[in-house]
Amino acid sequence: MIISIASGKGGTGKTTVATNLSCCIPEPTTLLDCDVEEPNSHLFLTPNFTGRENVIAPIPEVDDAKCTYCKRCMDICRFGAIAVVAKKVLTFPELCHSCGGCMAICPEDAIREKDRVLGIIETGFVHPKTDNGKKIQFAHGLMDIGQVMAPPIIRQVRTHADPKGVTIIDAPPGTSCPVIAAMKGADFVLLVTEPTPFGLHDLTLAVETVKILDIPHGLVINRAGMGNDDVKAYARKEKIPVLMEIPFDRKIAAAYSKGELIISCLPEYKEKFLRLYDDIKTLVAQRRQVR
Amino acid sequence: MKELVILSGKGGTGKTSLTAAFAGLSQNMMLCDTDVDAADLHLLMAPEIKETFDFVGGNQAIIDPEKCVACGLCKALCRFNAVIEHTNPLSFTIDGIDCEGCGVCVDLCPEKAIDFPRKTCGQWFVSDTRFGPMIHARLGIAEENSGRLVALIREETRNRVRKQHLNLILTDGPPGIGCPVIASMGQANCILIVAEPTVSGIHDMKRVAQLAAHFKIPAMVCVNKFDLNPDQGLAIEQIARDNNIRSVGRIPFDPNFTQAMIQGKTILETHENSDASQAIRKIWQTIMENPVMKQERIM
Repeated sequence: MIISIASGKGGTGKTTVATNLSCCIPEPTTLLDCDVEEPNSHLFLTPNFTGRENVIAPIPEVDDAKCTYCKRCMDICRFGAIAVVAKKVLTFPELCHSCGGCMAICPEDAIREKDRVLGIIETGFVHPKTDNGKKIQFAHGLMDIGQVMAPPIIRQVRTHADPKGVTIIDAPPGTSCPVIAAMKGADFVLLVTEPTPFGLHDLTLAVETVKILDIPHGLVINRAGMGNDDVKAYARKEKIPVLMEIPFDRKIAAAYSKGELIISCLPEYKEKFLRLYDDIKTLVAQRRQVR
Repeated sequence: MKELVILSGKGGTGKTSLTAAFAGLSQNMMLCDTDVDAADLHLLMAPEIKETFDFVGGNQAIIDPEKCVACGLCKALCRFNAVIEHTNPLSFTIDGIDCEGCGVCVDLCPEKAIDFPRKTCGQWFVSDTRFGPMIHARLGIAEENSGRLVALIREETRNRVRKQHLNLILTDGPPGIGCPVIASMGQANCILIVAEPTVSGIHDMKRVAQLAAHFKIPAMVCVNKFDLNPDQGLAIEQIARDNNIRSVGRIPFDPNFTQAMIQGKTILETHENSDASQAIRKIWQTIMENPVMKQERIM
């Protein structure tokens, strides 16, 4: 089972929910931090990293000896990543989407692909301090500074999902391609929001995204009590189950600021996250029955 | 013309609340919201939309079942696994969400059976607000090309600032360090990083600072919610010093930011004399007195 934790708005508590929930699930668990621009889960779980791999994307390399400057590569490229100027072919790796079109269309077989590094994946495991028996498999992606292509990195992080156990995905904020890459194919999307106008507005966008992907979903209201009741009214209207509320509490905020889990400073939350997991399991099973 | 871009790396540190407050302190200014994925600035600015434009982004491949002979070449060529194979009878369709819009299948289909219509990926708006004009946008759900939409609205903002003889652009940026962030900061006078004193806040501000250095754009930093963890706040200021980034001030944690947000106002409007409001005024003054904000940019 794959549970993707998303929000629309940044800073609502995705990482808090993803890390605490991972520690409380009784089954074998894998946590994948797919916020490859700004991954934070490792700051709360301090994994032992045992593996490291590059994320590479193929980019074209032109053999000048074979090239006849016919410009067909330039014509097929929708991203402006290859240009023929007089007797010279220029490539712009940062614009390349690695579609392979230039190589496929070249009549002279003059284009080969070479690797460009977009970022890295680090893998390892966590022994949560709160539970001596448990071991969480961990992977996150880290996009190189100055790169723009997050989805291929996210897709590669997701290859580390455990098909048998439970996989938790910590998704990036927003509603566009990186978020889709972190949600698509999940069995459940847990949306984390805060009860403020910004939280509500971005939640409505996130809900639209989840609906397009047709994934069952539920809500966690973080910092409950700090704003107003509009998020709850919206959830009622849209029939989205509110599965958990985490009250605004300076103790939690202070623990978070130091990189501590909620379940470490307030152990009673272990029970609440376990219940959250059970509720998600029930909702996923219901959906499977419908199908 | 001058431009300050408000960024943070991490989401939820207070970029938008601060941008709106700064707008209330500026004259001859135009606002630009480049968080086109999840824009929130309009919730504080109550913009009166004057002009609306469609953003036509990329194309999307669609197989014409009448012409398709089910040879499967498109599926073999597609690097994005967007071509779905159906059996009984054998046929192919394209998943609109996975389609990257590269057009490789379109150009190489031997039957010319794949259409490639352009699609409207969002809208952008020119509005009036109580603090000045504002340009904002809405990228369609699950769409790509956010960087291109950001580049487009920044270009429009610059054109209009020039035409209307304004002299300052305040840009509310997106979280992260990827495509829309990079598109938000090129040619700006300076970026202001709004950091929060948490382990995540530190980790993420370092990455935006590296990004700014990578593109050689000057950066300043302010610490929001400073008193939530003063040690981490001091650590941020130390990192700033080590990286030649000017610290421009500290804002205390203040629940009135949320109260102001609920009223659709800035904290300077609802709690004029609070410590947070005074800190914001001082920070704004410090930013505008910095030499990098005095340089006219030809954009």
